[in-house]
Amino acid sequence: MTQTDVEVTGHGTEQYTGEYLLEVNNLKMYFPVNSRGIIPRHVADVKAVDDISFFVRKGETLGVVGESGCGKTTVGRSIMQVYKITEGEIMFEGVDLAKLSPGRMRRMRRRLQMIFQDPYSSLNPRMTAGSIIGEPIRIHNMSSSRGDYVDQVEELLRVVGLNPYMRDRYPHEFSGGQRQRISVARALAVRPSLIICDEPVSALDVSIQAQVINLLEELQEQFDLTYIFIAHDLSVVRHISDRVAVMYLGKIVEIATREELYENPLHPYTRALLSAVPIPDPIVERQRERIVLTGDVPSPIRPPSGCRFHTRCPIAIDVCTEEDPEFREMGGDHWVACHRV
Amino acid sequence: MATETSQPKVLEIKDLVTRFYTTDGIVKAVDGVSYDVHEGEIVGVVGESGSGKSVTALSVMRLIPPPGGRIEAGEALLDGEDMLKMSEERVLEVRGAKIAMIFQEPMTSLNPVLTIGRQLTEALETHLDMSREQASNRAGDLLDMVGIPDGRNRLNDYPHQFSGGMRQRVMIAMGLSCEPRLLIADEPTTALDVTIQAQILELMQRLNEELNTAVIIITHNLGVVARYAHWINVMYAGKIVESGPAETIFKNPRHPYTIGLLSSVPRLDEPRKAKLDPIEGMPPDLMNLPGGCSFRPRCPFAIDRCAEEYPPFELVDGTTDQHKACWVDVTQVSAAKAGSDN
Ligand SMILES: Nc1ncnc2c1ncn2[C@@H]1O[C@H](COP(=O)(O)OP(=O)(O)OP(=O)(O)O)[C@@H](O)[C@H]1O
Ligand SMILES: Nc1ncnc2c1ncn2[C@@H]1O[C@H](COP(=O)(O)OP(=O)(O)OP(=O)(O)O)[C@@H](O)[C@H]1O
Ligand code: SF4
Ligand SMILES: [Mg+2]
Ligand SMILES: [Mg+2]
Repeated sequence: MTQTDVEVTGHGTEQYTGEYLLEVNNLKMYFPVNSRGIIPRHVADVKAVDDISFFVRKGETLGVVGESGCGKTTVGRSIMQVYKITEGEIMFEGVDLAKLSPGRMRRMRRRLQMIFQDPYSSLNPRMTAGSIIGEPIRIHNMSSSRGDYVDQVEELLRVVGLNPYMRDRYPHEFSGGQRQRISVARALAVRPSLIICDEPVSALDVSIQAQVINLLEELQEQFDLTYIFIAHDLSVVRHISDRVAVMYLGKIVEIATREELYENPLHPYTRALLSAVPIPDPIVERQRERIVLTGDVPSPIRPPSGCRFHTRCPIAIDVCTEEDPEFREMGGDHWVACHRV
Repeated sequence: MATETSQPKVLEIKDLVTRFYTTDGIVKAVDGVSYDVHEGEIVGVVGESGSGKSVTALSVMRLIPPPGGRIEAGEALLDGEDMLKMSEERVLEVRGAKIAMIFQEPMTSLNPVLTIGRQLTEALETHLDMSREQASNRAGDLLDMVGIPDGRNRLNDYPHQFSGGMRQRVMIAMGLSCEPRLLIADEPTTALDVTIQAQILELMQRLNEELNTAVIIITHNLGVVARYAHWINVMYAGKIVESGPAETIFKNPRHPYTIGLLSSVPRLDEPRKAKLDPIEGMPPDLMNLPGGCSFRPRCPFAIDRCAEEYPPFELVDGTTDQHKACWVDVTQVSAAKAGSDN
């Protein structure tokens, strides 16, 4: 079946025509840390995301990379309104999601979907593949009849490369890659415009990752989807993204187009990350210079003063310990926050 | 590479067979695996998830959980002494002293209620007969050696006070505390970030060079083995399907699975491809393996014979040290793929 068949069954799409499908402005998400004891007191905050701004153009893929705990998932969940954000604006199709009433947000939720890292725990083990995929269709009343519902579910299974007869199977009867396909089908069921993919292939076998990435790319083209693709594998992110954002300790330190970021990285952290990626070729590897950062990532409860990267930065100067560098545009869609650039 | 393989063998695994008897059926986790590790050598083991990489290592360590798991055949000679035939007492003596293993998740393998110092000194006191004081001095040295800043003053800390990267360093320190002949690292950096991963791997390489410890690195990251391993064993469905010096395997892979694996990953040093080339199909089900070659259902080179007989693990024509288990000579097949029987 073709795109139109699915389109007819979905409900009308919002007629949003702006350039930026999503625009995040000055987003902060702090998690309170409470003291233990009978009366817990608020003693500090985990500054998981601390004042970040970025946009996503319609139809593009924005990759988000950075080390564990830097706030990637929190950004995704903040956009999805899983949390009540501490501060900031989340303009989606021209509407600030952070200001929507719960009722309107529920209706809006259909337009944004999230796919999670772990294909094992993200699916309800007691539901069949068919009812997992069909659940959002039922919740959002998106089918006209029982027959139409069954058709939609079967079509979705086919779209993600599974066989329609598999709809009566339970998650444990599928492999990891197949389970991730079910998650993708479920996200597609409500015809979203934005899908946030949080490490969608990290838990999969190397030989299966390429299948799922190809699938995501095909679906993007077919259904005009916009992606935020969160991952720690920089090679995969380069393959799939149009633009890439690099996060460090709750901040975005650099955003650029794919070519710019990989050919001409400006931030010392981006450079270190890229140089740390081992390349599957012993001859190439032997000749590569590697920037090995010393020390660990500091705690987001008490982030370092000034530039948060200064404790590990190989080129830090005095001003880096004092002033937070401004996030500035260097021309050509290339943004960076570093005093030395 | 020749320098390592001409060294004496530290470990010789011969025809190892390990199975799990479960209510759903028999899992042929390791099905006739043989490989050697020489003094000072770093051996990389890569392959599909569930192909038996960890179970091979656990069998050598005698850590296969009873009653379901059974080592059914084979030998694992550690300096000539068969680990698989040792008494439990002897295994306890050897483990930690001559052979050590570090696991993927450092949090689950460190004891959360013991201090870092105590976990390090315990092995030193039992295996090396050190006094408390000697052991604790040595523990401080070990933490310094693995690059934990101010290690001596952190001996009284508990594991939860350390970050993931630091805990993995502690595991390496524990693994190396008695200067074993062989260190097995099972996905030692998978749970860690790339910048921390680089630190840990550089550390392991340095220790391999300084102490001449032989290392087995089990990983799904082809980049990691490319950088650090001298020798590579590729596993699929309980068997080694290809092996050889790292450079040869990356430059001239001859088994269709290895070829597929190498071409399916995007590479930072190459122009971006419009589309990735995945290995089609699904990972094998070890309880219901197809007859003949286990890779056949996914193999673009398969010929009729592949369905009938499992291919022997043989020397690749024109080489002296590369082996593969495949009926087809991929160099004789054009991109149009084989189709007819030979
Ligand atoms: N619900 C929560 N309550 C308190 N702290 C949280 C919560 N969720 C996340 N954090 C903290 O916020 C920080 C950012 O976490 P987040 O999960 O966004 O990181 P990440 O970049 O997705 O990391 P990973 O790569 O490990 O998935 C971390 O320090 C984390 O411990
Ligand atoms: N305790 C167990 N009981 C039953 N089956 C087991 C047990 N441990 C391992 N297996 C099975 O043995 C096979 C080999 O597992 P092993 O852990 O060696 O795979 P691996 O190659 O290390 O994979 P990965 O890359 O995912 O770590 C798998 O199919 C696994 O499901
Ligand atoms: S033996 Fe046949 S099926 Fe197996 S890998 Fe070789 S060509 Fe493919
Ligand atoms: Mg995350
Ligand atoms: Mg394993």
